Amino acid sequence: MKNSSFKIDGRVCTAETGSNLIEAAKQNGIFIPTLCHFKHLDPLGTCRVCTVKLNGRDIAGCTVRVADGMEIEVNTPELLDTRKAIIEMMFVEGNHFCPSCEKSGDCQMQNLGYETGIKYTRFPHLFIDRITDARPERIVVNQNRCIKCKRCIEEVKTFDGYKVFYSINKGNKTLVSIDYEQEAKLSELQAVRAMHICPTGSILVKGKSFSKPFGDRQFDAITEEKSMSLNPVKKQRATTKKKIVATTSLAGCFGCHMSMLDIDLGILDLFEVIEFNKTPITDIKNFTKHCDIGLIEGGCSNTQNIEVLREFRKNCDILVSVGECAIWGGLPAMRNTFSLEECLRESYLDSMTSEENETIIPNHEDIPKILNNVYANHEIVKIDYHIPGCPPDANYIWNVVKNILFQEEYSIAHPKYKYD
Amino acid sequence: MKRTGLLNKLWEFQNKFGYISDNAIAQIAQKLSVSKIEIEGVVSFYHFFHRQPTGKYIIYLNNSIVAEFKGFQEIKAAFEKETGCTFGCYGENPLFTLFETSCIGLSDQEPAALINFFPFTNLTPEKVKTIIQQLKNGNSLRFISSNPTSKIQYLPPEDKTIFYRKYEMGIALKKLKNHTPDEVLNLISAANLEGRGGAFFPTAKKWKSSKESSTSKKYIICNADEGEPGTFKDKSLLNNLSGLVIEGMIVAAYISGAANGFIYLRAEYMYLLEKIENTLREFQENNLLGNDILGIPKFNFNIQIQVGAGAYICGEESALIESLEGKRGEARIKKYYPTEYGYLGCSTIVNNVETFAMAARIIELGIHFISTIGTKESKGTKVLSISGDVAKPGIYEIEWGMTVKEILHLCQATSPHFVQISGPSGICINNTEFDRKICKEDLICAGSIMVFNNFRSITKILENYTKFFKEESCGVCTPCRAGNQILHEKIKKIKKGICTSKDLEEIKEWGKIIKLTSRCGLGQFSANTLIMALDKFEGYFNQKIIKTNENLNVEFDMEAAVYNYDSLIKDTQ
Ligand SMILES: Cc1cc2nc3c(=O)[nH]c(=O)nc-3n(C[C@H](O)[C@H](O)[C@H](O)COP(=O)(O)O)c2cc1C
Ligand code: SF4
Ligand code: SF4
Ligand code: SF4
Ligand code: FES
Repeated sequence: MKNSSFKIDGRVCTAETGSNLIEAAKQNGIFIPTLCHFKHLDPLGTCRVCTVKLNGRDIAGCTVRVADGMEIEVNTPELLDTRKAIIEMMFVEGNHFCPSCEKSGDCQMQNLGYETGIKYTRFPHLFIDRITDARPERIVVNQNRCIKCKRCIEEVKTFDGYKVFYSINKGNKTLVSIDYEQEAKLSELQAVRAMHICPTGSILVKGKSFSKPFGDRQFDAITEEKSMSLNPVKKQRATTKKKIVATTSLAGCFGCHMSMLDIDLGILDLFEVIEFNKTPITDIKNFTKHCDIGLIEGGCSNTQNIEVLREFRKNCDILVSVGECAIWGGLPAMRNTFSLEECLRESYLDSMTSEENETIIPNHEDIPKILNNVYANHEIVKIDYHIPGCPPDANYIWNVVKNILFQEEYSIAHPKYKYD
Repeated sequence: MKRTGLLNKLWEFQNKFGYISDNAIAQIAQKLSVSKIEIEGVVSFYHFFHRQPTGKYIIYLNNSIVAEFKGFQEIKAAFEKETGCTFGCYGENPLFTLFETSCIGLSDQEPAALINFFPFTNLTPEKVKTIIQQLKNGNSLRFISSNPTSKIQYLPPEDKTIFYRKYEMGIALKKLKNHTPDEVLNLISAANLEGRGGAFFPTAKKWKSSKESSTSKKYIICNADEGEPGTFKDKSLLNNLSGLVIEGMIVAAYISGAANGFIYLRAEYMYLLEKIENTLREFQENNLLGNDILGIPKFNFNIQIQVGAGAYICGEESALIESLEGKRGEARIKKYYPTEYGYLGCSTIVNNVETFAMAARIIELGIHFISTIGTKESKGTKVLSISGDVAKPGIYEIEWGMTVKEILHLCQATSPHFVQISGPSGICINNTEFDRKICKEDLICAGSIMVFNNFRSITKILENYTKFFKEESCGVCTPCRAGNQILHEKIKKIKKGICTSKDLEEIKEWGKIIKLTSRCGLGQFSANTLIMALDKFEGYFNQKIIKTNENLNVEFDMEAAVYNYDSLIKDTQ
């Protein structure tokens, strides 16, 4: 066994010659994020979240074998952003409704979202209609969440050596699909193992989901006080005046507002430094003053949402999207993979409770028009900050607000940073 | 049945039944002892394989950008009208099924289509009407199809022509006998031959690496997958000089010691199959293929043709090898060169059609002849396929070093504005760059030049490219698969007229991420032209962007967002 000496971000490291860079870096205390990588397999090289620079060239870290004299860059600002972008691509390519996902909290992809500090995706969500296939015996395949990492293809086999999963189609239509006949041969244990192998919530075993409560999930349990630093704060004029806050709920469930109220007595302290203007909390219906900050819950699903949002933009210096729905559409955006017609027909014409032969979809010039899609707020107006969560924790929301308004140092503890 | 025979087996079913049924998949899976989904995965990767019954005539109409500008939409409508079928739909008519397909290598004769792989070129709605009528009357495709030969429009003076000069069988090979493999390799190296498939990798270096490899078997592969839109020079070489290409392969085998070779021919060129097969047979009959070739003891080499099945990515060498192995044509991770670990794990030389032809000419004509032609770094000539807004589209053999301006003059381009060099994966140039020279020192070109005039929409060009990459990505890695879909969304925004300068900045940033993180050349080059065009045609894009109020710095298309609702309410009243 021969050792090689190489450098990661300028630091001298050693590891066995020819060993996998991901493992070699780990031995030297350096973390390189991965999703498709499996220690014991030939590198799959599909996900690309392990992108590093080798002697100045970008390359998937999991495909690199350590050799003497290699110069590797891992944590440069550019690479950190590149890897973050790749995970963002995964979020927008699939339909990742974390708050309603069985794997949430145990999901490696979601955890990498936290690790890399994704608050919102720079890319537009594609909202492609994808199937959830419950036909197999034990397994449900939810294509909305599959990142085509191919782990399952390589790792899940029947006792007689047949593959259970395989890629089909190509290009933007590529899917990882399941073979019903082979799947039926899997034991319960093998099926559960398949679920664990999948780094996302794409492979589920019937009757096995939601088995762990919040707080006990794999990535809830991270004890290490790892902190996310927040956006750099805009310079504000230092002033002792109370800051004026407005809030609203667009296409949301009011959960984020409930959460805002959830700071118990803390609210009294808060009132020392802020006052509310337009907000459902005080029931002030119209702006009476220009505000320092506007907190928006929910995205835009109808024309009135857009009007309100634009009004907020005009009347507030800083706008913050609070919660998943505001940030990218969230749960209401589940309708985006269907046509508006399908949605409205289902609700008003063909639903179990609608009248026989109903033909009219309720409408009136005073009723706002429903948009073809639910839109993220930053697609309509400029949004200055994003606070992820469904809903975000109360202390977290107000700490961020204070951080923004008063430039108080605040960074969030890793377990508080959530998409669910 | 072996796994490597899978593509041929699937072709058998496709040709016999018009589709590959569940039953066929089950049969094949059983024979290969793999799960059905694995076969399904291979079938669905290639777009000439169908999983549902098709009509007696399958019509593939090319939708490349050149076709689009030459009347693709009109022809598409004509086919739909005459057949009563819809593009992309199965089971509408027992006679016809219609599909769009990416470039079929007939850019000089667009609009063009393949009907059961017989070419039909320079289509007009009237022509379509006649063709469909003839087919309905039961006329034979062979008689009514067009001649796909691309016109050779320009050759250098005779003493500088390399490719399109006189050829007779064995012209290069007869010189092999007097030289050892090392000497031949030195000759190739001295001529500075670099791959003509796009990467311009030094051929001698590749061949040497395979020669030195110690794998038990070795292979030579001729890459005739020519999928880059706007490229048809390999087609022309195979059509006119298939023997020369084969000689090049034999030279490579002589050097590396390979005993087997493949020509991976794209299915779009199926009409060349017979011709190439005949040439191979003649070679065999003349002891230029087979055992003890040229009487050289133990110089054994055979060539087989593998017909592809419709996948641009299979032109990428590692994807091509996967495809030959009977798998999905997914690009391999770049851990090894094919000369180290190629077909079935053995050392494999993959070269472009033109590279082999050039190698053969180097042996034939000698280093002195070659080295007087071209520039310092690019020796000899280059075969170009020229198409678009030019009066004389076709094949041009040019001496390396010719300027774009001279070329545009030769092909009689009309108000050239946007010129695409080396296809969508290559680069675009504007009219300030027409003095650039086609050669390694300046503007390298893999073989295609598409000329677009002043009146062509740049957005349309870029959208066509991006759609192509989005559909032709092998789908294996995130940035290329997802990234090209995302870029397409951005281009739609430009098209809708709701794009801001921030959108353009983002295209550049995102394109760069795709470029840096993709696993193979497809993803690495897919955003190239797009990024470049934003700078090179800045004036055009400045007119496209809209300036918005600072805080509402996002432009939103409200009209489009309520359109569905409005029409639905109107319809349900
Ligand atoms: C997406 C992609 C498509 C390619 N298509 C072709 C092709 O159609 N024909 C070709 O000869 N090379 C193609 N190449 C280049 C091959 O990978 C390879 O470099 C070439 O066949 C090597 O031959 P050469 O050295 O003679 O150029 C392609 C590469 C990429 C990345
Ligand atoms: S928990 Fe993971 S798989 Fe589930 S929606 Fe979120 S990111 Fe996707
Ligand atoms: S199902 Fe899971 S393991 Fe399989 S490719 Fe998709 S994300 Fe990866
Ligand atoms: S870059 Fe595109 S074509 Fe290449 S491996 Fe990745 S997905 Fe496949
Ligand atoms: S972990 Fe390296 S590409 Fe997925």
